[in-house]
Amino acid sequence: MNYFELYDLAPEFELDLADLSARYQRLQQLTHPDKFATASDAQKRVAMQKNAQINDAFQVLKSPLMRAEHMLTLRGIELRHDQTTMQDGGFLMQQMEWREQLDDIRASRDSHALELLQDEVTAELKRRHQLLAEFLHDNTQDSNLRAGAEIAKLKFLVKLNTQLDDLYDQFSEDL
Amino acid sequence: MAFLQIAEPGQSAVPHQRKLAVGIDLGTTNSLVATVRSGQADTLADAKGFHLLPSVVHYSDERVEVGRLAREKASMDPANTISSVKRLMGRSVPDIKSRYPDLPYRFCTSSETMPGIITPAGKVNPIQVSAEILKALKLRAEMTLGDELTGVVVTVPAYFDDAQRQATKDAIRIAGLKLLRLLNEPTAAAIAYGLDSGEEGIIAVYDLGGGTFDISVLRLSKGVFEVMATGGDTALGGDDFDQRIANWFISEQNLPTGLSASERRRLLDVAKAAKEALSSQTETNLQLTLDDGTTYSGELTALQFNDLIGDLIKQTLKTCRRALKDAGIDKEDISNVIMVGGSTRTLAVREQVGTFFAKTPLTSIDPDKVVAIGAALQADILVGNKPESDMLLLDVLPLSLGLETMGGLVEKIIPRNTTIPVARAQEFTTFKDGQTAMMVHVLQGERELVQDCRSLARFNLTDIPPMVAGAAHIRVTFQVDADGLLSVTAMEKSTGVQASIEVKPAYGLSDDEVTRMLQSSIQHAKDDMHARMLREQQVEADRVRESLQAALNADGDALLDSDERLAIEAAIDAMMQTAAGDDPGAIEKAIEQVDAISQAFAQRRMDRSIRQALAGHTVDEL
Repeated sequence: MNYFELYDLAPEFELDLADLSARYQRLQQLTHPDKFATASDAQKRVAMQKNAQINDAFQVLKSPLMRAEHMLTLRGIELRHDQTTMQDGGFLMQQMEWREQLDDIRASRDSHALELLQDEVTAELKRRHQLLAEFLHDNTQDSNLRAGAEIAKLKFLVKLNTQLDDLYDQFSEDL
Repeated sequence: MAFLQIAEPGQSAVPHQRKLAVGIDLGTTNSLVATVRSGQADTLADAKGFHLLPSVVHYSDERVEVGRLAREKASMDPANTISSVKRLMGRSVPDIKSRYPDLPYRFCTSSETMPGIITPAGKVNPIQVSAEILKALKLRAEMTLGDELTGVVVTVPAYFDDAQRQATKDAIRIAGLKLLRLLNEPTAAAIAYGLDSGEEGIIAVYDLGGGTFDISVLRLSKGVFEVMATGGDTALGGDDFDQRIANWFISEQNLPTGLSASERRRLLDVAKAAKEALSSQTETNLQLTLDDGTTYSGELTALQFNDLIGDLIKQTLKTCRRALKDAGIDKEDISNVIMVGGSTRTLAVREQVGTFFAKTPLTSIDPDKVVAIGAALQADILVGNKPESDMLLLDVLPLSLGLETMGGLVEKIIPRNTTIPVARAQEFTTFKDGQTAMMVHVLQGERELVQDCRSLARFNLTDIPPMVAGAAHIRVTFQVDADGLLSVTAMEKSTGVQASIEVKPAYGLSDDEVTRMLQSSIQHAKDDMHARMLREQQVEADRVRESLQAALNADGDALLDSDERLAIEAAIDAMMQTAAGDDPGAIEKAIEQVDAISQAFAQRRMDRSIRQALAGHTVDEL
């Protein structure tokens, strides 16, 4: 199932979220089972299946990482997350360093240090996001594989970022 | 000369006939039915003018009584007077016994999964008891509106899981009602207040009934109602307020110990009346005459009353605080607070809830009726009476769906709060050479261990083509419909062989059982089963013909070649001919035939409408 086609969108990584939402609303109006409450069983079945696809597609398209994965799947690249161990030693070192900093901040409750670390991680997320966009845009065998590797790294970063946000919330609550 | 247009009840004066649809609040203590008339939604009263139907059913060897009459039997014949049956829906006997150890009913001791209560009218299960309540409301609606109902929206608590929703749906079918949609109670309340139109924000629905308390936090954005968190207390409600007043009266008046059952009942009635009086005045007089003729009387002020129930209200606010925490929001994020349930009439409740959320709660709609009214508004739209309405309620899955994996762990396949309908596929493989069957255990809940989640069903995948271990790939698709109900299909990928699934619902009824109960319930009413089934199928055939004919007129030329069109038209003709006969089973088959043959047409229409809607539109137009 090509989710871009379903939403009549060009299969590109950069995507206007407001436009996507508008299309989602429009498709909901056309396919939601409530619009077929008194229709025949055949119509109901068709509507429910289509609506489920539209919901699923929306989840995938609105998330940059899931969207990127979907693009790679459409290009015939299988991603095997658990098996692709991180080849990039530098990236792994950086991760470990940041995790240590996170532990230190948790202990010291140093909110200034937390903000600095958040800025650093956010910048890195942005940079890699950009890289991912470029790799996907190039769309060669090699660039697609590299895009796959970027997705794996971004997942690490997103997880770390969530933990930083949680800690930030915790600090603000305690104030 | 102009003629005065007169519309009979249930008949519309306008050319396009209005369809009759109702909303039903199937409550733990009381149930209501509401409908939209002249653009106004309101609940319907019984012949004596009562809107609330007590959710109580009494079984004797002569008759089944529902409501007030049944409630009067509760003290005389507790074992055969089923009240608060909603608490038993979708639950197993061991589950019921551990939750409610003091129920006076006689449960069957057989090993059946569905709880059976032994009564003089035979063995009944909670689904059948609920169906009796629904039938009473159906009858009331049809008497009032003067015609048969086209469809019904029934409300359920937001936290109801698949088994509880399925049980409710079965009860609706057994009652002979056509379900348009199961709707979450807090969502219905929000609709009643018109919060679905345009507003964005977070809504808290505070629902204090006779015996239960529920708090729900909903997020409304672009027509999507998302249940962010729910919480509650199944053993706290307005009845506890009455009890507190009664206890106060006993100690204040030095009543003798050892009151008789009827004295206690009268005291509780007096206490209830006092509570109700204090929602509009600052003090009230309580008077109780004992069996020996002595009369006691005392004054209760609103302030004293507030003291008596202060800790109970605080307890509900504690639950609210926890729900906000679960939702990950602060009190300030709440844009509206809606009051539901008769016990929110108590002024102290309103005041303290208002103080807690720093917002005046919405109370303009009768808190007993607000859920039924919201359901009626939704039913009116779903049945097609407001074609211009573009209101759309998107709902989410209340609890995650998962599968049992190695070591008694649950792997989530559809997380909670996913917009429904949704379909997810999961692949399984065989782990032994030549393996032809496999067991899949479906669970619902947020916890990691199988034992902490609700077991929904065990599916037995059979007829897997024998292959070497790991070669067979079985794709199991889990589909959740707009009512939050799960269905499962499976297929072996390499061979395309459809694996059979044997569903063993953990507590539910099979389709056959529902049909059997529908039949026996009709026989019970000494109705003519055959005539009724025939009528139902004929109405259905008409409905299918009407909707398909409209579709053919609109898109038949564009989307079908002449052979395809002829095939559909022939199937419709055959169906209508069968429908003129008197075999309901044959009509049902003919309808299925038409459905099957028109499926591709429905698919094409849907695809085309999507293409048209999206093609060539800029963002602004969308």
